[in-house]
Amino acid sequence: MLKIENLKAEINGKAILKGLNIEVKAGEVHAIMGPNGAGKSTLANVIAGKEEYEVTGGSIELNNEDISELAPEERAHNGVFLSFQYPVEIPGVSVTNFIKTAINETRKAKGLEDMPAKDMLKMIREKSELLEIDRKFLSRSLNEGFSGGEKKRNEIFQMAMLEPKLAILDETDSGLDIDALRIVANGVNKLKSKDNAVIVITHYQRLLDYIVPDFVHVLHDGKIVKTGDASLALELEAKGYDWIKQELV
Amino acid sequence: MSKYTEEQLEEELKTQEYKYGFYTDIESDTFPVGLNEDVVRAISKKKNEPQWMTDWRLEAFRIWEKMEEPEWANVHYEKPKFQDIAYYSAPKKKPKLNSLDEVDPELLDTFKRLGISLDEQKKLANVAVDIVMDSVSVATTFKKTLGEKGIIFMPISEAIQEHPELVRKYLGTVVPTTDNFYAALNSAVFSDGSFCYIPKGVKCPMELSTYFRINEGGTGQFERTLVVADKGSYVSYLEGCTAPSRDENQLHAAVVELIAMDDAEIKYSTVQNWYPGNKEGKGGVYNFVTKRGLCENNAKISWTQVETGSAVTWKYPSCVLKGNNSVGEFYSIAVTNNHQQADTGTKMIHLGKNTRSTIISKGISAGKSQNSYRGLVQINSRAENARNFSQCDSLLMGNECGAHTFPYIETKNKSAQIEHEATTSKIGEDQLFYCNQRGIDTEKAIALIVNGFSKEVLNKLPMEFAVEAQKLLEISLEGSVG
Repeated sequence: MLKIENLKAEINGKAILKGLNIEVKAGEVHAIMGPNGAGKSTLANVIAGKEEYEVTGGSIELNNEDISELAPEERAHNGVFLSFQYPVEIPGVSVTNFIKTAINETRKAKGLEDMPAKDMLKMIREKSELLEIDRKFLSRSLNEGFSGGEKKRNEIFQMAMLEPKLAILDETDSGLDIDALRIVANGVNKLKSKDNAVIVITHYQRLLDYIVPDFVHVLHDGKIVKTGDASLALELEAKGYDWIKQELV
Repeated sequence: MSKYTEEQLEEELKTQEYKYGFYTDIESDTFPVGLNEDVVRAISKKKNEPQWMTDWRLEAFRIWEKMEEPEWANVHYEKPKFQDIAYYSAPKKKPKLNSLDEVDPELLDTFKRLGISLDEQKKLANVAVDIVMDSVSVATTFKKTLGEKGIIFMPISEAIQEHPELVRKYLGTVVPTTDNFYAALNSAVFSDGSFCYIPKGVKCPMELSTYFRINEGGTGQFERTLVVADKGSYVSYLEGCTAPSRDENQLHAAVVELIAMDDAEIKYSTVQNWYPGNKEGKGGVYNFVTKRGLCENNAKISWTQVETGSAVTWKYPSCVLKGNNSVGEFYSIAVTNNHQQADTGTKMIHLGKNTRSTIISKGISAGKSQNSYRGLVQINSRAENARNFSQCDSLLMGNECGAHTFPYIETKNKSAQIEHEATTSKIGEDQLFYCNQRGIDTEKAIALIVNGFSKEVLNKLPMEFAVEAQKLLEISLEGSVG
């Protein structure tokens, strides 16, 4: 599904990713953990194609196609989804209108007609039930005045609607209370299939109690320095990141 | 109006040049350039007007001669040379129309290119259209249906002939000839426009609509509109404008007067898309408009405008809240791009008790344009318990444009409640990336954000008009974020 080789990226001339390798296969869940400033969010943004970041080396392949030169919307059309750490507000644009536009623009890119309103409505109903979203919520302006939990739930709702091949959850657990965390994690678990893959970026182990990863990677100073199974996350929680840093010396 | 699809939008977004930039080749009967009393008399004679009308025009002309062009607006432009303008232009062929088949095929083609095919209008929309082409109305529809209700909707030149008592009674009562430089000029030389009268207690069964269009290079257009809603009546009036592209500046100085008598309501909606000039700021229409409405007891007037065109706009649709419990509303979207300049807003004059006014202004600036909101809220000493709420939001795109807000509040009554809110925001890279990440390209993302920003005002427009307005917003802002 996703194959990243020797990826190097910088922002404003400052190198952040320094030769990163990772391979994610369909049906897998990968967790990327690491201390602040390790490059976790940069990795998410670089995969999604944010223009501020300059890729200076290496490759990003999605289903054997190099996507590193594609515009962000083209990557989205190819099935990349990023759940933002800080989702932006768009006043006056309802959640429904936004997701409708996103779906139809993606369909248009694939040469398909707009989704019929009836199908759209049915899909919205199903997915909002899945994520325990109140229908009234869907008519509100996108992220405007949303609580932290509502913002993240909205991100996962959009993911459910767009049905991406590769979903990257950037710090989706931050700002969530335990109930919201459970709802969001259950949503992600229900959306998981043998055909898609999920990358969970997080500081803490607690999200991984709900979304159990097949692999855990530790990102430090722009590189993956350690890879293990779910137990690695517990070990990190117990020992902290200094342990990894010491091991590297 | 035909159904608007994504494909059509996409097609439109491909064309950079002004969409309506063509020139209709209909023979015109145009006066030589210049303005003096003889020209005013000639216009009046051409239209076969009664003596009182000629005198009214001449009086306005004499007032205008002594006036100076106002300079207080936040706009900079080369002043029109008033003696280099031809003050009258009418299509030579004036067919008596019983059906569309009799309309000049070229004119019909023009309307088709504008997307306002008449036969379609007749069938699809419940709209009566009084089309003003180069200052003289050439077609009026739905006259019969309206006639049954006693509603008068006709070119003002005809109304002067057929209903002189009504026109004479109300013309110039809301915007007097002495009001301002452009209003005086308009009063002297107006060629045509629309007249509308809704009798007592009648609810007009359809939206009344007029399409304006400047044609003939060098011909200024001076429209005169008068809408009178008698006691307890209701009317919704739509005004939409397009103009062909021209290199020289074209002057447009319209006057619109609304009169809402006791318990009457007038909704006046405008989508304005005059030629804005090219990317370097060359050419484009000067739009100096005086619009004002008078509310008697319990009456209500709503102005809704979407302004995307013109090189220079100077326009303040206003309400004089004379009657007790009367209500004035102003909802506006003003878009400026490239080198456009707009100084627009409203005046709410509270004279009666318990009068209320609402102002929602949305300014969107892109390119090197300057967009100013100028609004006056005036509470008279006898206006007990007057209330006003004003909200002025500005949205900026890029770093070279400007947004300005000039609110004026004058209150002489302690019981007044006045609220004013203003915000300025910018379309952020983060918003665009967020949309991009969801598969929405930047052009579409801007359209989405702008429509969201303008929603409160778009919602006030009649349905078909709102669709057209959204289209215009998207076209106007095309390519504004690089």
